[in-house]
Amino acid sequence: MSETTVGATSLSGFWRSFRRSRMGLVGLFMLVTVILMAVFAPYIAPYDPKEVIRVTIDDIYAPPSAAHWLGTDDAGRDVLSNFIYGSRVSLIVGFFASFISIFIGSVVGIVAGFYGGRAENVLMRFTDIMLVIPDLPLAVVIVALTKPSLWNIIFVIGALGWTGSARLVRSQTLAVKQRKFVLRARSIGAGNAHIIRYHIFPMVLPLIVVNTVLVISLAILNESTLSFLGLSDPTALSWGQMLNFAFTRGAMSARAWWALVMPGLGIVWAVLACTLLGQGLEQVLNPRLETHYLAVGAQMVARPGMEAQV
Amino acid sequence: MRQSRYLLKKIGWALLTVLIVILLNFFLFRILPGDPARAGIRDPRLTQDAVAAIRERFGLDKPVINCFESLNPVEFGSCGVNPLDTQLFIYVGNLLSGELGISYHTNRPVIDMLKEQLWNTVLLIGAGQILAIFLGMGLGVLAAWRARTTIDFSALLASLTFWSLPTFWLGIILLFWGSSQFGLPTGGKLTPAGNFANIWEEWADVGWHLLLPTLTYTIVFLGEYMLIMRSTLLDVLSEDYILTAKAKGLRTAQILKDHALQNAMLPMVTIIALNLGFTVAGAIQIETVFSWPGLGGAIFEAVERKDYPMLQGAFLLIAVSVIFANLVADLLYSYLDPRVQAG
Repeated sequence: MSETTVGATSLSGFWRSFRRSRMGLVGLFMLVTVILMAVFAPYIAPYDPKEVIRVTIDDIYAPPSAAHWLGTDDAGRDVLSNFIYGSRVSLIVGFFASFISIFIGSVVGIVAGFYGGRAENVLMRFTDIMLVIPDLPLAVVIVALTKPSLWNIIFVIGALGWTGSARLVRSQTLAVKQRKFVLRARSIGAGNAHIIRYHIFPMVLPLIVVNTVLVISLAILNESTLSFLGLSDPTALSWGQMLNFAFTRGAMSARAWWALVMPGLGIVWAVLACTLLGQGLEQVLNPRLETHYLAVGAQMVARPGMEAQV
Repeated sequence: MRQSRYLLKKIGWALLTVLIVILLNFFLFRILPGDPARAGIRDPRLTQDAVAAIRERFGLDKPVINCFESLNPVEFGSCGVNPLDTQLFIYVGNLLSGELGISYHTNRPVIDMLKEQLWNTVLLIGAGQILAIFLGMGLGVLAAWRARTTIDFSALLASLTFWSLPTFWLGIILLFWGSSQFGLPTGGKLTPAGNFANIWEEWADVGWHLLLPTLTYTIVFLGEYMLIMRSTLLDVLSEDYILTAKAKGLRTAQILKDHALQNAMLPMVTIIALNLGFTVAGAIQIETVFSWPGLGGAIFEAVERKDYPMLQGAFLLIAVSVIFANLVADLLYSYLDPRVQAG
């Protein structure tokens, strides 16, 4: 992360630069489609996944047909409807868990970076230790020992995913702290709380936003993995859980590809949306040179849009 | 002098982290509902004798630690207890002598099972990691060199997509495709009841089983290595000494090899180390999908069977391995770039 990060000054200026990033736009579009699907699930889904149905042997892993566009699963339920409703859990876990992570990460990062000294030492040592302990096995252990409810999963993913953000936010805080306006604010009598609130935080915020998008994608991946390992809330249908059911209940031997492909594509779609959006935002907030001395037909030029923000 | 102090400091932190993992492992399993030792006593699969043996081994009649014997605040204040006579001390003592308990499922010592599984996991991770690093770096160099061309853009998009793939799902899809199209094995390490004329045939069979898991692993990790290599190399290639080298009339290949790559390698070491946690996460998923008899698959099975001693042991071994691998990476980095010792 370079120290020259400059936040876009206004919302419209931000949008003007963001519009130039093809990846960012595609990511935003993809994310909006999943959110719309989750919000309007009851209106889009052909069947209600919670409805009681009568099942005959022919309904189990039935291939795609006019009645079931994506076939049925091991319980004779409509895969497409499950898929549409499944987006809700993935997004809920993704958003809530990453808010927890980002909150802890930002507080730790800003406090460590701003106050320095012993507080920084203790906090960053703790962060380093947490960073080394592998997340997924620890999450598996905690969820396996507690009740695998939706909130437990959100809390565990959130509480384990903050280390990267803490380090990023700290280094950015350190850079901002050196700027002249902080010294000026202090010289006219501003206190620590005021400086953090009005000078440090707004300058760190853009970085936090980019990071949030990436943390959401990680949280969605983690949720799907825990669910796939059978550690999900049995009442909350998610894409990972659909894959767990299909994989452990004979979809492989029934060659029922329709029960395996869609939920996975859903996860890829949501995660890729956040990744692309994150890349787009980063190009706006932290423009880098994208060419070099050995490039084909090289001429050192800054990315368009860079000069507009300085 | 400074070097040995740096070394000691790094080793000290690694040991402290291991200690924290041990404490975490102890308290998580004692405090959360699924206490292995106590749940074990209630487990109907065990005989009376086995229950007595477990009680004895873990010192279950003794206080958990020195100053509280249970989480009940009324019973606080047993500080008069000899610290050597607590469950925590017995647990740490057992660990030091390699005693990790008995698996509920197989009734074998956990440590013996973990030893077999560790090497299977190392084999899988090793093969996948080497392929992913080499291919990722190669693609990264290509993308950076051809920056802002179609090659660069496609490589970038492919990497982001690979990064977004859930490992277990990619495994499922490859397994589905590979087993039906090419008759590749659907799981395990060896053909069941296979008869092998010699060790080479046996290894060939292992390799055959390793093909799809390794492919899954490589695809998932390729993306990140490529992205890092690309962005580091872009930075390095924008340095003025590259222009100097070009002005001297050196060929592009030579500048890339002798001037740029050497400096771009350093961040790769850090990323590979930082990735170790994800590496383990990937192994858990891949081993589960392909029934590969490694540590990760063991975790999944232990969760399914509520085999808590196995879960506890596998978590400890995984965490400690990652901590030590990180330490090695740290020391390697300081050897490659002596400047870090100053900071």
